[in-house]
Amino acid sequence: MLEYIIKRVLLAVPTLILISIISFLIIELPPGDYVTAYVARARDAGEVVEESTIKMLRAAYRLDRPFLERYFHWITGILLRGDFGRSLDYSKPVGEIIWEKLGLTVTITLFTVLFTWVVAIPIGIYSATHQYSLFDYIFTVIGFIGAGIPNFLLALIIMWLAFAYLNAEVAGLFSSEFVNAPWSLAKVIDMLKHMWVPILIVGIGGTAGLIRTMRANTLDELHKPYVTAARAKGLPEGRLILKYPVRVALNPFISTVGYYLPGLVSGALIVAIVLNLPTTGPMLWQALLAQDMYLAGSFILILSTLTVIGTLISDLLLAWVDPRIRYE
Amino acid sequence: MSTTAVVEAVAVSQPGDTAEEKVFVASQWQLMWWRFRKHKMAMAGSIVVVLFYLIAIFCEFVAPYDPHEFSARYVYAPPQKIHFFDEEGRFHLRPFVYERKMKRDPETLRPIFAENTSGRKYPIYFFTRGPKYEFWGLFETDIHLIGLGPEPGKGTLFLLGTDRMGRDMLSRIAYGARISLSVGLIGVLLSLIIGILGGGISGFFGGWIDTVIQRLIEFLRSLPTIPLWMGLAAALPMDWPPLRVYFMITIILSFIGWTGMARVVRGKFLALREEDFVLAARFAGASEMRIILSHMVPSFLSQIIASLTLAIPGMILAETSLSFLGLGLRPPVVSWGVLLHEAQNLRTVALAPWLLLPGVFLVITVLAMNFMGDGLRDAADPYAR
Repeated sequence: MLEYIIKRVLLAVPTLILISIISFLIIELPPGDYVTAYVARARDAGEVVEESTIKMLRAAYRLDRPFLERYFHWITGILLRGDFGRSLDYSKPVGEIIWEKLGLTVTITLFTVLFTWVVAIPIGIYSATHQYSLFDYIFTVIGFIGAGIPNFLLALIIMWLAFAYLNAEVAGLFSSEFVNAPWSLAKVIDMLKHMWVPILIVGIGGTAGLIRTMRANTLDELHKPYVTAARAKGLPEGRLILKYPVRVALNPFISTVGYYLPGLVSGALIVAIVLNLPTTGPMLWQALLAQDMYLAGSFILILSTLTVIGTLISDLLLAWVDPRIRYE
Repeated sequence: MSTTAVVEAVAVSQPGDTAEEKVFVASQWQLMWWRFRKHKMAMAGSIVVVLFYLIAIFCEFVAPYDPHEFSARYVYAPPQKIHFFDEEGRFHLRPFVYERKMKRDPETLRPIFAENTSGRKYPIYFFTRGPKYEFWGLFETDIHLIGLGPEPGKGTLFLLGTDRMGRDMLSRIAYGARISLSVGLIGVLLSLIIGILGGGISGFFGGWIDTVIQRLIEFLRSLPTIPLWMGLAAALPMDWPPLRVYFMITIILSFIGWTGMARVVRGKFLALREEDFVLAARFAGASEMRIILSHMVPSFLSQIIASLTLAIPGMILAETSLSFLGLGLRPPVVSWGVLLHEAQNLRTVALAPWLLLPGVFLVITVLAMNFMGDGLRDAADPYAR
């Protein structure tokens, strides 16, 4: 197991390096650079910016150096000092802005994963054991529709219905009195009350896919001889199903979690923008629209890194559950 | 079907047994069609898909108005009802719409539209004359699928309502279909080309080239696509002409979307490389190119088409999401995402729920394509049982 863990972790390293290069490319892509944008803003505000100041700024931010050197400076700054560069919009170091948002994003994503599992596993098992029953059909139809509606549209529709018919605002993550309040137990409870809306919306697409996977996996196992043997020995049906076919069917299920995770992060991002949640989504969006590239690039870097780590964890989980993978 | 089963089936079938015989002599594509035809949902989905693509191709003809024609008098007008019976209950074979009066809410000054049932009735004509347009830039004409005829007077035909500038939603959705549906198609074709190149090279050469390409694919698949797409799309200069933005967005989408295609192609290449008929062709002295093009490609073409169909909805959704966020296509280009961008404000939607209609068309398209792709995938291998 240890050998497998080391191998798998080492494999993630080149992926992370590639991610950092792509994030830096995105930072550098827009025409002009940090200093030209900064100078343009200063001039708009009526300040006089001298040529020599521009030169000094460029040297200070190493914009006169080649790409690779800038990249190394940027990435070593992040790794050694936690310095992500400066946000143009907030005139603050990026590191100061993102961590709280990131915590909420991770919380929502984790709860969404839990939600999809809690819903998808029992429904998948039920659909498999009651194949072609009324509820199987109903879940299939709901699944198809859930997979067909983009979650930003679902978010819009739910917001609209709540607003128009219940006169309720489902946007945001906190009630107005808690938005700027320091963290307390009451604030956490308030957050949990609001959180089910984004979790439901983000989770529904993934749940639909996972129900199909769970149903197909369980169906594959249900008619194997060992199930018949166990039944012949007189094992009660409920225990039999949970102990054998479901146990085996869960293996591919865990491996697909890594596959769903990037989609989940993407979905959570758009839904967060529509619902205006205080997570990374709206902030990344604002940063991109304002071409505040250090902030945007850092978000892309961190979100991608977290996704890769999530996939890594799900791979390790799979190896832990299924010994065959360890010895491949 | 195994060989013995075929022999048995042939032995059982009598000379007059035409249905059985038809199966034995049918071509691969014919077998696929027969199998596909049985899949009811897939057939329904295909009809919808074909219909929507026809709308996209002939959108100037389908749309009753110019999608950019605005009027302050019809701001946020709700969809008009089509009537067959008039106020006295008389039946009219030709459907009509009533004249509408706009009043203002005395408190909010919001426009309110009311049907004036005692006023003029405007019959709806098919294949009638309307605003002039240039069809595909080829010739000028003014024939529209529906309209109020050449003399509409003060009558309007806003079957799906109007937006904040009084532009006809039906016309805008029809024009949006052209952009949204073609982004999906072109994007998927682009990713097919990259995918066939990548997957083909990977599967054909094997060895370290295969490892590198597979690592690259795994890498791209492990990334959350939306932030990456957003970052790349936001980097496009604001002053680019719409057409160039459109192509760049499509390229950005297929830049990440090709990985699924490459996996399918590589898998098929690897599986078919070991098949007897490939070995036979090689013994017969066929060149590598000939083996690939005339022996291998035809046998996995159907599977490729099925995965292509299943990949289109993803592309359409991606374009819509990006444009919805204001990072993809931008007005004056009309796509479903651009239209939904207008529905971002909750209060606006509560006022004019018909602004969400492009989303309904989007969902129908995605569902129809998923059903069609499922049917194609099941039919793609007609020899499997």
